[in-house]
Amino acid sequence: MNPAFSVIFFTVLSGAGYGLTLWWATVFIWSLLFPAPYPPPLWWIGPTVEALAISLVLMTVGLSSSVLHLGKPQRAWRAFSQWRTSWLSREGVFSLLVYAGVALLGVAAMIDDLDKAIGSSLVFISIALIMTCSIATVACTAMIYASLKPVPAWRHPLVLPVYLVFALHSGGWIAVALFNVADEPASARMIAIGICCMTTTVLAAMKIAYWRAIDRIELPSRESATALEGIGKVTVFERPHTEANYLTREMGFVLARKHSRKLRAIALLLFAGVPLLALMLAWLLPVAAVFALWVAAVSALLGAFVERWLFFAEAKHMVMLYY
Amino acid sequence: MTALPAPSPKKLGLVIDLDTCVGCHACAVACKEWNAGGIAGPLTDEDPYGKEPFGVWFNRVHSYEVAGLEAGDSGPGKSQGPSKSADLTVHFPRSCLHCETPACVTVCPTGASYKRAEDGIVLVDEDKCIGCKLCSWACPYGAREYSAVEGVMKKCTLCVDRIYNEHLDEIERQPACVQACPTRARHFGDLGDPDSKVSQLVAERGGRDLLPELGYKPVNKYLPPRPRRGATASAPVDATHSDEKFNAAALPPVLRWLDRVLSR
Repeated sequence: MNPAFSVIFFTVLSGAGYGLTLWWATVFIWSLLFPAPYPPPLWWIGPTVEALAISLVLMTVGLSSSVLHLGKPQRAWRAFSQWRTSWLSREGVFSLLVYAGVALLGVAAMIDDLDKAIGSSLVFISIALIMTCSIATVACTAMIYASLKPVPAWRHPLVLPVYLVFALHSGGWIAVALFNVADEPASARMIAIGICCMTTTVLAAMKIAYWRAIDRIELPSRESATALEGIGKVTVFERPHTEANYLTREMGFVLARKHSRKLRAIALLLFAGVPLLALMLAWLLPVAAVFALWVAAVSALLGAFVERWLFFAEAKHMVMLYY
Repeated sequence: MTALPAPSPKKLGLVIDLDTCVGCHACAVACKEWNAGGIAGPLTDEDPYGKEPFGVWFNRVHSYEVAGLEAGDSGPGKSQGPSKSADLTVHFPRSCLHCETPACVTVCPTGASYKRAEDGIVLVDEDKCIGCKLCSWACPYGAREYSAVEGVMKKCTLCVDRIYNEHLDEIERQPACVQACPTRARHFGDLGDPDSKVSQLVAERGGRDLLPELGYKPVNKYLPPRPRRGATASAPVDATHSDEKFNAAALPPVLRWLDRVLSR
């Protein structure tokens, strides 16, 4: 499949945005449930709000890039209508609901000043809405691809978990970098770092398993595609057209398969190797901790880009059986 | 709505005969000509007379070499007959199959893609299409082609603006590709009616689905090439020559003398 940069941008950036949102919401609930012994940081200032702002920027940039991918961006609003059958439509609906949750949180903050009881229950409702819809949006993104029968590599059962863990992973390293400088309880920070190391390892294992699996996937035969089963062995004699067409440009992308080994190693190094090394550096050299953790966050995001590029570029579409 | 309608009793579609198709591309050209001006129009070409012409076509005619199978051959296509089947060139016109359960319709986020409840034709409402291209990814048959100029998806309409068009003579109320075919390799009709001509043709010739394992239940059917005359059709011609019996006694005297001279 042709790896369209707008779609890669969207899935990686908004994925990181929704992942960071989940981390932010978890830290936020933590600070509500276990208030720090010293005067706790007001929840609307400091790294929690930075994290929310960054995740909103990431998801908004991602969503805008996906709208730019459209042939008719001015009609994008129509995409919210077919949530009964279309994962793409469902993704759009859930992505809007995340914004609605953030808006509700703003309202809750205002009410919180007036009436503690109503305010805090509204806060919990909006956080719950933000968390569920963030997970749902990423799951819908994965299901758009996982539901396409003509691309067997995307039908693999690891596609959905990889998308979800990648969101947690790329958002998580940003969260670790952000909260490192904060006056958050140290135990929370350690738990966060621990979870990030876990997602990194799990993700590396899942991707290696996925890559091995898709190398073994076989497309249906050209005989089945041409209704010539039992008649003979079918090879292409002449294409219908001498130049490229939409199908060969969109579905017939071969560059990645040629370099797949190197690109897979680069992806693995960027999203797993570099972050773990940077974490060790931060541990050994506390002076460089802030720098090292940001290197980890940026590298995880870059690794996600390479992985997502490969996810599209390596996948074979059945229409190429005809060519 | 992108939800599929209840299966209609009427299933309009095409039956394409791979035995008689000669790969002349007349269907593709006639389709392009009609649909450039019909409801699906324009069918934009980019750089049509330049170095890299690029455009939307609803029909694409592929040509394949088919190597005959030995008896008991294994592999994707097992030989059906007792001896080697013939080597063939097969011309294969590819267009929308108007599937009974088309994934291209259900993935559409806007409702622009739909399957008509009354006759099963799959169409795109170009005024609603946002050009996300997801439907083209969902189609394994490559039926949909995107027009970057208009920013919307294009596909075969089964000439919906011909087949019901009362301004045309009744004989012309069929898809342009069917009408143009010089070898009558394309047939149009109701595949939901078991008594229709097309359904009978499918039953008689063993019409097949493309990629039936995917479960999209294409309405269009393809008729496989008929077996070639003689079981070993691809046997070399020289082989029969060496088997010929030569009887010098039956020749006229002059040729008998010539044979004697040449045989020395």
